[in-house]
Amino acid sequence: MAKKLSRDDILKLAKLSRLSLTEDEVHDFDVELNTILDFISALESAKVDNLLPTDQVNGLTNVLRDDCLIDYGYSTESLLENVSNLKDHYIKVPKMIGES
Amino acid sequence: MIKSWPSLSELRDQVQSGNVSAVSLVEKSIAAIENKKQYQAIISVNKENAINTAKMIDKKISNGDKVGRLAGIPFIVKDNFLTTNLMTTAASNMLKDFKAPYQATAINLLEKEGAIMVAKANLDAFAHGASTENSDFMVTKNPFDETRVPGGSSGGSAVAVILGMAPFALGTDTGGSIRMPASFCGVVGYKPSYGLVSRSGVVAMASSLDVVGPLTSNVNDASLILDIISGIDSLDSTTIVRDTESYDLQLINKMTTIKDLKIGILTDFLKNGVDSKIKQNVFNNVTRLKSMGAQIVDISIPSIALSLPAYYIICPAEISSNLSRYDGLRYGYHTNKTKNLEEYYSSSRSYGFGKEAKRRIMIGTYVLSSGYYDAYYKKAQQVRTKLINEINGAFKQVDFIVGPTTPILPFKIGEKTMDPLQMYLSDLMTVLANLVGIPAISLPSKMINNLPVGFQVMAPQKSDKKLLEFAKLIEDKIK
Repeated sequence: MAKKLSRDDILKLAKLSRLSLTEDEVHDFDVELNTILDFISALESAKVDNLLPTDQVNGLTNVLRDDCLIDYGYSTESLLENVSNLKDHYIKVPKMIGES
Repeated sequence: MIKSWPSLSELRDQVQSGNVSAVSLVEKSIAAIENKKQYQAIISVNKENAINTAKMIDKKISNGDKVGRLAGIPFIVKDNFLTTNLMTTAASNMLKDFKAPYQATAINLLEKEGAIMVAKANLDAFAHGASTENSDFMVTKNPFDETRVPGGSSGGSAVAVILGMAPFALGTDTGGSIRMPASFCGVVGYKPSYGLVSRSGVVAMASSLDVVGPLTSNVNDASLILDIISGIDSLDSTTIVRDTESYDLQLINKMTTIKDLKIGILTDFLKNGVDSKIKQNVFNNVTRLKSMGAQIVDISIPSIALSLPAYYIICPAEISSNLSRYDGLRYGYHTNKTKNLEEYYSSSRSYGFGKEAKRRIMIGTYVLSSGYYDAYYKKAQQVRTKLINEINGAFKQVDFIVGPTTPILPFKIGEKTMDPLQMYLSDLMTVLANLVGIPAISLPSKMINNLPVGFQVMAPQKSDKKLLEFAKLIEDKIK
């Protein structure tokens, strides 16, 4: 079967996934991802055109709650404890465009 | 090796009557953890907190105060449950130093009943795997043969139970991650109906498939734990209404009898890809059920062969979406030196995620990308509908479906790590229950070559109690 993903496709997917792969990873994924895609392509033969897709098995839709404030007792400090770069309760991020 | 603990109800009686102290139970648990370090099942131990909590419970009991159903009983959780006392790592470099600001609902409910969390167990990083070899920290070893894997992804939890580190453990099951290690380690592994137990505070893998459940040494214990952790949770909008009656089998007066039951077996599906000894094991159990009066029905789920490919589309799709939250900014591993935001993301994620997480993110991104979405993701969801229709049809003919939990015996460490697809095939028997949301249990069956083997039973959606009752009826007959 023809390969579904070329090396360029893999690099593009990595970029979309916000991953920078090592040369070894690109090499391995070239084989592994194509093998996996071959396997899942078994679905091509499935005759399911007339069926609605299932994204949730419980049949629940639009689970709503009252639009009011709920105090779960978390402090701002505890929620920000894991932030890498914090300044006055704000999360500092690197420059979005160009070099910082 | 097995069962150095009495059942949970015996423990409850011992503690509440004052014959055994909660402190001594916690000490016993911690001693077992320390003595069995070589199996690499445990990531972190909650020693000081656990002993302090136990002291408080002992004091309550000596004062004659009311205590919960699990007062003083130690337990272990898979390290993808958020805990406020210990770090929550998901066995990943990404969350190596993550301190959760809140705790999982399931743990809160157990603690409310007086249970004491003593340690957190190893897993495949982010629960991606079937062997616990994908842990970014260490490989857990199978106690029956240290050169073999314990199964995964809840491998540490299963090993903890069989080695008596605690009377029970919690795991998560997205495609078999409770049942498979239960099978490989000779314990009971229970996967509830989807939504019966809150997922709040569990590191998300594939949200439409993930469930929380117990690993125990017997069915009664699993039923008691389910009774405690199940029910609607305002923090998880996918939770469903539980039975009003207790799931605890010891409180049920009139049990089902095997004589009245119709048991389905997927003979056709077992023809390919299942170890012949495991097949024989299943057929022996079925013969035993027949001799006990059950009616055995050969059933077919025509699309079952599509369940694994559909799973390996839906699961990575949801993983790629769930793992996109790890940006290195709010929590998780972060890099220090980067030129801009884009590079910050990719270098933080590239270090924080192991190879299997990357593989799944890449596949997920692919099947969700425009141009491929309909051919893969949407089609897999339609196959899911088809499987639901077929399983509903099957359950019109039979009460339960039985079969092997895994197609293979516990395999050698390293045997499948070079071939991810071979690793995925270990999930052959378990993913169906997750795709269609039904409850399933793995029970220890007769050992093969001195290795544990699981016998799986599946039941219709939301009939968890019936499933547990049936499991209890057969648990001693199939050993």
